[in-house]
Amino acid sequence: MAEREAAEAGTVEKLLDSTLESVDTAEEDVLAEAQKLGFDEDDLHRIGMSVRECMVNAVVHGNRYNARKKVRLFVSHAPDRLEVVIGDEGEGFDMNNLPDPLADENLMRHSGRGLLLIQAFMDEFQIRNREPKGTEVKMVKYAAKAT
Amino acid sequence: MSVKLTTRQVGDVTVIDAVGRITLGEGASTFRDKVRELVGSGNKKLLLNLGEVSYIDSSGIGEMVSGFTTVTNQGGVVKLLNLTKRVKDLLQITKLYTVFEVFEDEATAVRSFA
Repeated sequence: MAEREAAEAGTVEKLLDSTLESVDTAEEDVLAEAQKLGFDEDDLHRIGMSVRECMVNAVVHGNRYNARKKVRLFVSHAPDRLEVVIGDEGEGFDMNNLPDPLADENLMRHSGRGLLLIQAFMDEFQIRNREPKGTEVKMVKYAAKAT
Repeated sequence: MSVKLTTRQVGDVTVIDAVGRITLGEGASTFRDKVRELVGSGNKKLLLNLGEVSYIDSSGIGEMVSGFTTVTNQGGVVKLLNLTKRVKDLLQITKLYTVFEVFEDEATAVRSFA
């Protein structure tokens, strides 16, 4: 695992292996930064779960556990906001073609709820294709909105 | 900590007491195996006690849904007991609160299977 803790305060950047252990690592790293902003227990739970869901997507669906592919984790924070960016090296996907997990015909599907939970738990959510390939998700949680 | 599942009989209802986390990996597979084992051995009235479950991710939710479908297809019933606020929130966000029958009291839940 290659990693770099940036010199400026509140910034962490890591290249993580495509393993489930990396999911735990990413959650721990992000929560360590989030705690500095004073988020309460419920918001820490929401942030941690969003990171887990995003990391699982990157490791399992994006990189497909490929040992040659890495997941990039970038965490930064300002006094009022926590930003997390997670990028994989997978084939990418079209978000507009994903089944709606809240549609009646999809309610009993086994999977497909991860992005729904991230969007429910975080204040901002953006997803884009990486170059030359892969998917990058950016999530923001505002400390001012912490309840 | 992964999930630990213990079962006990209350009349003809099998109560599954879950403790820990139901997440992708060991937690979700433990849950899946337990439901299959119970249904395979003829237990078709399952009450899942989630009062000590601290964390369920989307994979865990997926296993709960699959378990519900497996049991229902075999003519059985799965109901939920003692949801924490976090788990209740998850089921509401995913609209699954409308799918599962949820109870806060075990005796009432057990009677509902009659």
